[in-house]
Amino acid sequence: MTRSAIRFVHRGAVTTLDGFAPTRTVLEYLREDLHLTGTKEGCAEGDCGACTVILGRPADDGTLRFEAMNACILFVGSLDGAWLITVEDLAGPDGTLHPVQQAMVDHHGSQCGFCTPGFVMTLAAYQLAGAEAEIGTINSWLAGNLCRCTGYGPIQQAAREVAGTDQPSWFAQQIDRALPLLQGLVRDTVDVAGANGRFFAPESTDGLADHLEGYPDATLVAGATDVGLWATKQLRDLPHLVNVKSARDLAEVTVTDAMIEIRGAATYTDAVPAILADYPEAETMFDRLGGVQVRNAGTIGGNIANGSPIGDSPPFLIAAGARLRLRRGDARRELALEDFFIAYGKQDLRPGEFVEAVLLPRRNPDTLFGVYKISKRRDQDISSVLAALAITVDGSSGLCTDARLAFGGMAGTPALARHATTALIGQPWTLASIRQAKSALAEDFAPLTDHRAAAWYRLEVAGNVLERLYWQHQGDNVATAAHA
Amino acid sequence: MPDDTTIAAKTASVRRPLAHDSAAGHVSGLARYVDDIPEPPATLHACPGLSPAGPGAIRALDLAPVRAAPGVVAVLTAEDVPGENNVGPVVHDEPVFPERSVDFAGQPLFLVVAEDRMAARMAARLAQVEIEAADGIYTVDKALEAGLELHPPTKMARGDVESVLATAADRIEGEIRIGGQDHFYLEGQVSLAVPQEGDDLTIYCSTQHPSEVQMLVAHALDVPIVAVTVEVRRMGGGFGGKETQAAPFAVMAALAASKLRRPVKLRLDRDDDMIATGKRHDFLGRYSIGVDDQGLIQAADITLASRCGFSHDLSRPINDRAMAHSDNAYFLPAVRITSHRCKTHTVSNTAFRGFGGPQGMMVIERAMDAIAAKLGKDPLTIRRRNLYGIGERNLTPYDMTVEDNVAPALVDQLAAEANYADRRAEIVAFNRNGRLTKRGIALTPVKFGISFTNTFLNQAGALIHIYRDGSIHLNHGGTEMGQGLFIKVAQIVADEFGLPLDRVRITATRTDKVPNTSATAASAGTDLNGRAAQEAARTLKARLSDMFRRHTGSKSNIIRFADGEITDGHLTLPFFQVVSLAYFDRVSLSATGYYRTPKIKWDPEAGKGRPFLYFGYGASVSEVEIDTLTGEYEVRAVDILHDVGRSLNPAVDLGQIEGGFIQGMGWLTCEELVFDDRGNLKTHAPSTYKIPCAGDRPERFSIRLFDNENKEGNLYQSKAVGEPPLMLAISVHSALCHAISGAGPDRWWPNLDAPATPERVLRALTEAKAQ
Repeated sequence: MTRSAIRFVHRGAVTTLDGFAPTRTVLEYLREDLHLTGTKEGCAEGDCGACTVILGRPADDGTLRFEAMNACILFVGSLDGAWLITVEDLAGPDGTLHPVQQAMVDHHGSQCGFCTPGFVMTLAAYQLAGAEAEIGTINSWLAGNLCRCTGYGPIQQAAREVAGTDQPSWFAQQIDRALPLLQGLVRDTVDVAGANGRFFAPESTDGLADHLEGYPDATLVAGATDVGLWATKQLRDLPHLVNVKSARDLAEVTVTDAMIEIRGAATYTDAVPAILADYPEAETMFDRLGGVQVRNAGTIGGNIANGSPIGDSPPFLIAAGARLRLRRGDARRELALEDFFIAYGKQDLRPGEFVEAVLLPRRNPDTLFGVYKISKRRDQDISSVLAALAITVDGSSGLCTDARLAFGGMAGTPALARHATTALIGQPWTLASIRQAKSALAEDFAPLTDHRAAAWYRLEVAGNVLERLYWQHQGDNVATAAHA
Repeated sequence: MPDDTTIAAKTASVRRPLAHDSAAGHVSGLARYVDDIPEPPATLHACPGLSPAGPGAIRALDLAPVRAAPGVVAVLTAEDVPGENNVGPVVHDEPVFPERSVDFAGQPLFLVVAEDRMAARMAARLAQVEIEAADGIYTVDKALEAGLELHPPTKMARGDVESVLATAADRIEGEIRIGGQDHFYLEGQVSLAVPQEGDDLTIYCSTQHPSEVQMLVAHALDVPIVAVTVEVRRMGGGFGGKETQAAPFAVMAALAASKLRRPVKLRLDRDDDMIATGKRHDFLGRYSIGVDDQGLIQAADITLASRCGFSHDLSRPINDRAMAHSDNAYFLPAVRITSHRCKTHTVSNTAFRGFGGPQGMMVIERAMDAIAAKLGKDPLTIRRRNLYGIGERNLTPYDMTVEDNVAPALVDQLAAEANYADRRAEIVAFNRNGRLTKRGIALTPVKFGISFTNTFLNQAGALIHIYRDGSIHLNHGGTEMGQGLFIKVAQIVADEFGLPLDRVRITATRTDKVPNTSATAASAGTDLNGRAAQEAARTLKARLSDMFRRHTGSKSNIIRFADGEITDGHLTLPFFQVVSLAYFDRVSLSATGYYRTPKIKWDPEAGKGRPFLYFGYGASVSEVEIDTLTGEYEVRAVDILHDVGRSLNPAVDLGQIEGGFIQGMGWLTCEELVFDDRGNLKTHAPSTYKIPCAGDRPERFSIRLFDNENKEGNLYQSKAVGEPPLMLAISVHSALCHAISGAGPDRWWPNLDAPATPERVLRALTEAKAQ
């Protein structure tokens, strides 16, 4: 069955909405249509968090899963089936502040106040998640929200105060009210046609495949952490958006003996726990990738499909030997992930085809793994260089028997360093060999100088992190606590 | 002043760590910013079209496709400015819209007005613009080479620098490049202009300087200033970025509203905001310092050159302040400071927290480190030795005597409390162990002058009404941008009247309530407006005291206002009752207050005078660890001791100190403005321009207030706090240098420029290893 309107829960009732432009954002909807101006626009590109709202969705276990999202790049169509919670919804009916709000007041967490609603919503999501009061956890939660006034200490204090606390009675009641409303919203395919275009949200992967066969020129959108900016910054006309995240079975993450299968619309939040169980070395990278809002919205499939040379997950996945499963209609094909990236802006993706799954091999326990994200700012910054190094050393001979050295930010695509790999394989795992591999990197890459980093720096650190992996293997804690 | 007698009252609010007056509004989303004001019917939305290149002549500007775009109501250019086509605040050298040529890439060329904001933004991109691009001068170096300066170099000098330098035991020379900084206020520039009757116009604007916006709008519209009213309830951050930079966009909105007779809102997109508005000046600093064999400075020859951009804006006073802070807290017996104000084909740089002071200080602090390295001493020893004296060695390069110096005591206390000496010894040992990380530590002081250097700006007005129920309406010329001005002034007024704080209603800054105001800037908002409000309150108190005496027959000269009551010690009446009596007795319950800062005078031509009423002091210790493989680093610990005199509101002051420090740290570490070789800004959004985030705050971070009082008769012996803490972050940069030096030979110090991105740190490390 197909609906021509979306349905979502807002302020205790089901809202039915149709006829909207496909690129209408939740922020525009709130501020301009509903005149709910508590949610702010700071950047309109998902980097400052001033527009943070919470989406609640029913989880399989009958509870609600709450996720902080950047409303500025969230398309209205993606509200289907969710409970939209904004800063106006937290206080009690008599105006009593929610504990998160009160903690922000008590600890002087606001100065100019413009970023504050966003912080309040992130903190509310943090509290709802029952996250711990450890400073690293708090900072990871706060990384997607920028404050220019306070220096963050008071906000961290507010987080500590609300960690592990219960919801006030009035908000617990709201949750109780919202849950049955949400469960009553049957998930169907949604096809909204408006004056400015069409928003299509298939209920299943099969439905997605069918639709794309018929409309190979449609624009696929998942978390909209990139496509959102096409709308808000490039002002592109996107007359036919297809939301892959609505396909319920496309968000699955399945772990078998051989493989971690991450389906195309699984978000970072969905997929990372399974990945880290095998590849704990990637924890810091995923923790530093975007803010919590971006990790809730963005998908690993999208990070691959948009073909960016500076996406963080592709080099990691390439180093780990991941393969990609593409689908068009009922036809599927598989390829090594590195082969998907042909050149800058060009991927091996045919009309009507989409990323159905990323197939990540289970961890080879003999492989040394290092994932290093180099950026100007530790958190929520696009990498200058992302290095993912997988090296297998034979225990008895001490020789490198296999190496997959993958890099982002070094070329027009995420890529393997083939010369450096050749220089390393068959050689003893020593600093001398590593230095050979480092100099071979200059044959692999001629990186760009841009506003993130100079070519020399990219080349230098790409080699130096090989050395870092060596030292870490030697048990020397070489990396700073801030970045490693 | 009898201030502290009132503090004993139960109702007293001065000195209490009270929350920001709008805190509850902030956290609930109910605090209203300009874009949150319900739009009047028929509101239109405007978007400026920016020049794709510059500098160069405008060969063609075809706006027909813009006019034809859906939703467009009008397109405005220079021809649509009935009055003066200028927004230059001091020198009239900045057009609203350029007429024949553009000065920089990103300069607004025209304004689209449309039925909705998206329509305006889309249409603005349809203009067919042809700029005959000329070779521009985009950097300080090129401008110096070409001799392109806003005006001839400015000098500040004392003594025979040449001969002292020639005979000094040692001479230390060097240079440092200091990057600019985008304000990154979370709320971008925004104005809503609403036509009223006749030629009257009301503008709701996010600006630190409503009176200037009012004046520039009036001039552009060719109406008297009285026709224009500007209202500012609050800003979502300012930091100097809304001192002059709000005006161009307010003027554009006003031009459109006036022409179309409809309300017009102009809210800049973040990228446009970062491209089209000025920033902190980037500087090149050179120093040549003569010292004795103990590192005591004998003479200093300092040259500063800054990128001002295409117009004057506030570059003159900013560079004056940079010069006046080239000494920081140190006595320079013979001194020459030369300042080049470079004119470049880039956006006109502007005020930013510290107003040139931070850049001036960076140069002398680098020199201190370089002296210490050359002599093989602990930099703190050199800094401590060169601090201004008490009663001697206390004359600044501009001939003001430093009368309130607490730097030696403050530095000593901080060094002891932060355990600086032991930590430095541990770090030196750590750096010898051959590991791949290096650590560094530094203690740097701050001495920052308080007052506008333009003496006439040091005035303020306030307006207080008392209504018949005893509730108080408080208004003054200062604007609230998050710094806590409004709560501090309200605390002062509440205590004057002896009333609980909630009886004083804080109201929006409006040019029709208090006229001819100065910008809320120079850290002086509370000093100026708090005193003006206090004067207004005291005028009203005198009238109420007379009323009390008339009614009660009291002959007492001392009438106290406390705990909601008015008393002579024997007879007591409730405040509201005396107010009511006054009303029926036909006593005016409204008063203005006015304040002008005493003692100050400044001759910018001679570079001499007393530009500041007093100085704010502080010092910080920062400890860092760097990764020598990548140049990445962590700020491990920070200890701050800061002088706010006796605090009016410790919560607000601590917030300013922490926030200022982190903002300064961003300036010196991760915030990098990158222009390409055609003068295009490449970092114009938070995706590419990185201000600190929560994880950058040092985990160990101690902030304490120094026990001191302002001896200049300032409000409750308090001191200004807005800008000085930003410069505490210089210790982070210095500590990074120390860590890098740990990878090099003894007595070597890196030439680390700012911002110290991991890339710059790695380059300096490479140089360290090459020594």
